[in-house]
Amino acid sequence: MNIVIIGNGITGITCARNIRKQLSDVRITVISGESDYFYSRTALMYIYMGHMKFENTKPYEDWFWQKNRIDLVKSHVTCLNTDSKSIELDTNRTISYDKLIIASGSKPNKSGLRGENLKGVQGLYNLQDLKEMTLNTSEINSAVVVGGGLIGIEMAEMLHSRNIDVTMIVREKAYWNNVLPLEEAKLISRHISAHGINVLLETELKEFIPDENGRVKAVQTDSDKIIPCQFAGVTIGVSPNIDFLKESPLETDRGILVNEYLETNIPDVYAAGDCAQFRNPKAGHPAIEQLWYTGKMQAEALAEIIYGNKKVYNRGIWFNSAKFFNIEYQTYGEVNPELNDHTQSFYWEHPNGNLAFRANFSKVSKCIKGFNFLGIRFRQVIAEDWIRNHKTIEYVIENLNQGWFDPEFSIPYYNDIKHMFSISENNNTFCTD
Amino acid sequence: MPDQSLSIAKPSESHFIQKVGATLAAAAILCAFIAAFGPGKAHPLLFFFLITGLIAAGGITYSIPYYKAIPGIKNNGIMQNPATSRGAIAWGIGVLMTGFYIILYWYPYYLEGLIRTMDPLSLILRGKISDQWFLYGTFYTLAVLIMGLRFIGKYKHSRYQIFRTISVMFFQLGFAFLIPAFLQKLNQPEFYFSYFWPLKYSYLFPDDINYLISSGNIGIFMIFWGLMMTFIATPILTYNYGKRWYCSWVCGCGALAETLGDPYRQNSDKTLKAWKIERWMIYPILAFITLTTILLWLNSWKSGTILGTFSGLFSQWYGFLIGSAFSGVIGTGFYPIMGSRVWCRFGCPMAAILGLLQRFKSRFRITTNGGQCISCGNCSTYCEMGIDVRAYAQKGENIIRSSCVGCGVCSSVCPRGVLRLENIREEDRFIPYTRYEDKI
Repeated sequence: MNIVIIGNGITGITCARNIRKQLSDVRITVISGESDYFYSRTALMYIYMGHMKFENTKPYEDWFWQKNRIDLVKSHVTCLNTDSKSIELDTNRTISYDKLIIASGSKPNKSGLRGENLKGVQGLYNLQDLKEMTLNTSEINSAVVVGGGLIGIEMAEMLHSRNIDVTMIVREKAYWNNVLPLEEAKLISRHISAHGINVLLETELKEFIPDENGRVKAVQTDSDKIIPCQFAGVTIGVSPNIDFLKESPLETDRGILVNEYLETNIPDVYAAGDCAQFRNPKAGHPAIEQLWYTGKMQAEALAEIIYGNKKVYNRGIWFNSAKFFNIEYQTYGEVNPELNDHTQSFYWEHPNGNLAFRANFSKVSKCIKGFNFLGIRFRQVIAEDWIRNHKTIEYVIENLNQGWFDPEFSIPYYNDIKHMFSISENNNTFCTD
Repeated sequence: MPDQSLSIAKPSESHFIQKVGATLAAAAILCAFIAAFGPGKAHPLLFFFLITGLIAAGGITYSIPYYKAIPGIKNNGIMQNPATSRGAIAWGIGVLMTGFYIILYWYPYYLEGLIRTMDPLSLILRGKISDQWFLYGTFYTLAVLIMGLRFIGKYKHSRYQIFRTISVMFFQLGFAFLIPAFLQKLNQPEFYFSYFWPLKYSYLFPDDINYLISSGNIGIFMIFWGLMMTFIATPILTYNYGKRWYCSWVCGCGALAETLGDPYRQNSDKTLKAWKIERWMIYPILAFITLTTILLWLNSWKSGTILGTFSGLFSQWYGFLIGSAFSGVIGTGFYPIMGSRVWCRFGCPMAAILGLLQRFKSRFRITTNGGQCISCGNCSTYCEMGIDVRAYAQKGENIIRSSCVGCGVCSSVCPRGVLRLENIREEDRFIPYTRYEDKI
């Protein structure tokens, strides 16, 4: 059998590796136009900041692929021909497949504003973007980052590390407030400001203003404020990278439409990761999952499906993590920015304003629904176990130490949390809205 | 909350302060050169204060930005800086350090002027004038203290790192510098209570033992201490806390690697090939020193009839090849090129024993937090022992490797809080994380 995988990101490579572990006699080909070898996209920022070299971001040594008989092809796919079960590459090569996995990832969203194609205006998603950003920012001293999401704050930190003044333009009331509850969003906003980043909240961008050479020299906000800059990072989300499939009979919407087995409408063609869109997502789950973790889990599920263990993709209990400058973030279960009628919330913040803990729980049954941790490390298995088994908030607070994952000798803040919880409980002062 | 923005130095200001610090340190080295060529003999006190003062001032100045910064890991520019990424400056420092070791071990008379600058201190501490080893010990301790200060600043967000560094600074200053010096002043054997066989291999050789026995009660205590540490305390402590109790909390070699060597930790080789070489070196060296010790005892028991005139040849060769050339010249001189733990990783027989215990009989592991790894590679990059930490973490496996010295930097640099050093149950430490959904 001949298995062809488009994309050498975490999804494509996890598929390839897991299939190889189970099936030793299939042919596996991975095609990527981005890089010769799999590297960790999450580490792009660290290359720019000088924490790592590109070499360090490759999770496997180069000999690994030949040893595991995974053929790597560096090309862009130009066309998919489902009748002849083949794909065409930009090198005019044609590769046929018995099963095709599309894991082509994302591309940065465009702003649609005037001046978005100017020199010095760009997004950040892949290696080429990073190279461009390195050139674009080599001798500048001020930059603007548009968008208050995960890549936006990464870009701000990257630029800051090279001594560039950064202004962040954020639409929400506080950083990432469309995902984080207001308290956490405010905490992070303060932390960003503490690094000397100028954060403009509740501000939207109107246009990018060019200089005489066609390079961005300023941006204008919706309140007509002009902010001079020599670079503008546009980080307003990503969308499935599926333009090369336009002419194909694959059904697409924003992404490639798949069922719960990651099958597309064409037999033997599958899609997974950022580029896939579920036709019928489960209640409360997004149709497109654009995370490292979900990309990996979808790939693990798809590999099983390919080697015949047909099982519905099940994301399990939601979790995610990030790092906002120096503050680590972990979340488990359901923590929405706004509480609904059935949910109560307990929030603790350290007086230093750099650490926080939130537990959301059911108003009636008191069962735990989700957690946010800022600057605190917590065990995933414990958090998930408590959510899955409907532990009550009292149980959770009482046993927080079991899940504590901060390094040895760290201050056991769970005692402070326990103390504040008992005060809140006595006064019945949990947040309900 | 206080407004921190005013107190935070911008990266450019930090650069400037660090350049000043580095310049002061370079001036100290220049003074040492000048002193070595003779003037040190004529003006020992002047040069002593010039060298130590400039080193201290340089190190402290260099560390200021770390203390001013918002707590957290910032390895900015390490891979772009020629001093830390095997550039020209790194090679220059490597040549300088290697050269120093070669002169120190085999041509100490070239250091005469420099050695004399240590006379005043040596007289106070040891009651006799300085020699090359006291000069070396002073520089060594100074490096651990000054660069330890820098390390604490850099990793000030982690109490594990702070406590550990204070510990190695304490053991270096007290157990490896002051106490051996005072012992000499009191006409007692110069004994290092923080070094044990087989790292300090001669401590269980017949010659040393006989000498200690002849030194009376304190000598007997030293023998007892050495035997107890090697054969009783080592297995017990390693079972409970892993190899780290020694390698990154007590040991002087570890102390220098963690402090002076910290800027170079990312240069350790992470390839599978390097791991193979490591195992082919460290265990034969352990076998060699064990064999040598046994042979020497047999020889001594048979009153010299086994080895005859070759008595001690083994130990002499070991001393030259491993004790001096490897641990000093390569082990420290090559820091800037091969990373900070060259000796500990490829040569130290003590590390070999501790490693075997850690791998097969210990409660220590680095726990991977579920499926949280994002494969970024910071952990592997900054592992001074060249362990590909990520290879385990991304599979949800705990990291249990004989070479791990438990410095905790992988955990400190992890941007997702995935790694935790801990001593818990021995039984389940090799069981990897499996998603609940995959178990049912």
